[in-house]
Amino acid sequence: MSVRVYVPRDSAALSVGAEGVARAIASEASARGLDITLVRNGSRGMFWLEPLVEVDTPQGRVAYGPVSREAVAGLFDAGPFDAGLAAGEAHPSQHKAHPLCLGLTEEIPYLKQQERLTFARCGIVDPLALDDYIAHGGYRGLQQALSMEPQAIVDAVQASGLRGRGGAGFPTGIKWNTVLYAQADQKYICCNADEGDSGTYADRMIMEGDPFVLIEGMTIAAIAVGATQGYVYSRSEYPHAFRVMQRAIAIAYQRGYLGENVAGSGKRFDLEVRLGAGAYICGEETSMLESLEGRRGQIRPKPPLPALEGLFGKPTVVNNLITLASVPIILDKGAEYYRDFGMGKSRGTLTIQLAGNIRRGGLVEKAFGLTLRDAIYGFGGGTASGRPLRAVQVGGPLGAYFPEAFLDTPLDYEAFAARKGMLGHGGVVVFDDTVDLAKQARFAMEFCAIESCGKCTPCRVGSTRGVEVIDRIIANQNRTQNLRLLDDLCELLTDGSLCALGGLIPLPVMSAIRNFPEDFDKPAPLSPGMLQMIDVLKSNRLELERVIHGTDTRN
Amino acid sequence: MQAWDADRAQARIRQLEHLPGALLPILHAIQEEFGYIHPDATPLVASALNLSRAEVHGVISFYHDFRHEAPGKHILRICRAESCQAMGCDSLIEYVERKAGVKLGETTADGSLTIEQVFCLGNCALSPAVVLDGEPYGRVSPNMADFLIDNARRAQ
Repeated sequence: MSVRVYVPRDSAALSVGAEGVARAIASEASARGLDITLVRNGSRGMFWLEPLVEVDTPQGRVAYGPVSREAVAGLFDAGPFDAGLAAGEAHPSQHKAHPLCLGLTEEIPYLKQQERLTFARCGIVDPLALDDYIAHGGYRGLQQALSMEPQAIVDAVQASGLRGRGGAGFPTGIKWNTVLYAQADQKYICCNADEGDSGTYADRMIMEGDPFVLIEGMTIAAIAVGATQGYVYSRSEYPHAFRVMQRAIAIAYQRGYLGENVAGSGKRFDLEVRLGAGAYICGEETSMLESLEGRRGQIRPKPPLPALEGLFGKPTVVNNLITLASVPIILDKGAEYYRDFGMGKSRGTLTIQLAGNIRRGGLVEKAFGLTLRDAIYGFGGGTASGRPLRAVQVGGPLGAYFPEAFLDTPLDYEAFAARKGMLGHGGVVVFDDTVDLAKQARFAMEFCAIESCGKCTPCRVGSTRGVEVIDRIIANQNRTQNLRLLDDLCELLTDGSLCALGGLIPLPVMSAIRNFPEDFDKPAPLSPGMLQMIDVLKSNRLELERVIHGTDTRN
Repeated sequence: MQAWDADRAQARIRQLEHLPGALLPILHAIQEEFGYIHPDATPLVASALNLSRAEVHGVISFYHDFRHEAPGKHILRICRAESCQAMGCDSLIEYVERKAGVKLGETTADGSLTIEQVFCLGNCALSPAVVLDGEPYGRVSPNMADFLIDNARRAQ
């Protein structure tokens, strides 16, 4: 009997050597004459354990990690790849014998304490095996949708309470309803997979680990609103995800889940994946549409809403990848099932991504309402450096910097807004006590200057002026006046910018000043010229002392 | 990657020009082929898509990805975004710049290495992250950067 062995091909796993581990396992198995089937799955999202190798046993999948190429031979000696041992009585102790063994994967607390709805299959299935997808509940949502009227599908999404997971949190059902009622000869579904926020990687994980769930979600959206063409707009920084999506789309066409007769329904839906080119602003929906049309990614003023005049001027659903990938389970298990997770107006689950200076970085899918502290300490285990945590930035480069005292904020759209922060796409970047918030505030403005599309003056000019003002504050030049000036500039950016980039960049800047005022009240750092002069003076003094006392004090 | 060849570029343009919104796919294809967008590509693309050269130039210059000159034999992209900052990417960048003797966005005099900044590689649980010739690496220390760069240069 062949033993199934799983080694992720997720690009984060590859970044710590999963490819070498997979090759070593294959060659060691053939050298020992063992019959194994190597499956290249997505990641379970426990990145500190990558490369995480799993072995199928009658009791369930057993995990080993982090496995290095050098450790592979020892793993074989312990016996998990031996079919006889894996199936036999000796197995539990055999597995436990190896120091890298983590026991049954599903029992690892980090995973066991999660509520995986959108990520139900990620890391479990072979991403490109459609039968595997279907065997794990895939395409049940589409089957359900095909038996419903379009309005009923939209109503189900609305009743589920699903809100846009890209950051704005707009109710998805309302958006779909607008497109459903728009009259046009052509409508589009666009998936925003331009995941540019630092600290986020959920979209990438789905594209690499469970691409069919996205294809299914987009197909359901298309059938609901009457669209026949879809685009996934991803990033050039995600070449692996791009290739997996392309292959998954090709397979879905071959098997009749895309094209002119979706799942035998007589309905048409075509899908293509496109790449951005390293422009953060293209994560803004109207910039993304411009980019898809082949232009500079400059934002469009709203109105008109993309739901009415979107891609090529046609009614378009633009949703974040996680939003669309959450649709299949809503249709499959019902709106109530999904809505029963979460708190207040934030229903369902949030895909929290732990990043930065964190001991156990990874993906945590939980109902809304978990506190930031539970996410960072309960799941994440605190800082990677072991030093005290000082700041947390939630929601990407446009999110606020929170101090330790804010850690009991529940992860919920409204609770974050109340503390002048935002959840964004769920990225949580942890900093230890070596962070300098004045430097982070300066970076926020610098980033805005680099990534501004240039369409509106507050963002285009204001971001550069912001860098200059913060430089003067750091250099202690008229600090009080310049802080007031920065406050004024931020107010202008908030009120006068056309989109969220200029509109939200004041969040990290002002939160840094508000929550960490001590970092803006330090003596000015010495300039390189000043440091040089001090060196010269020091050596002059030593020279002088030597002459006066006739001794060399340098030793 | 091969040297600029107008016929080859024209062939890649022909494969893609029928797509709706074909400009970005075409520019990606040209950069994939030659490593950068040669100035002579602009009029070819413009005439294929019935755009002005100014429009094509405007798009090329808008996106950070598109290079205007040939890169080095190896390309090291280092993430400079917040998650990697929290894990010391600034000192990693300083170290690599000193070792290579060039700044971010530049190519070494011998043409062996280009170093570039990038904002987020989506590997934020394993910061600091880099990509060398398309291969991702996580938790990159200065030592490891040394190893990666030396290895790549030796392998050429």
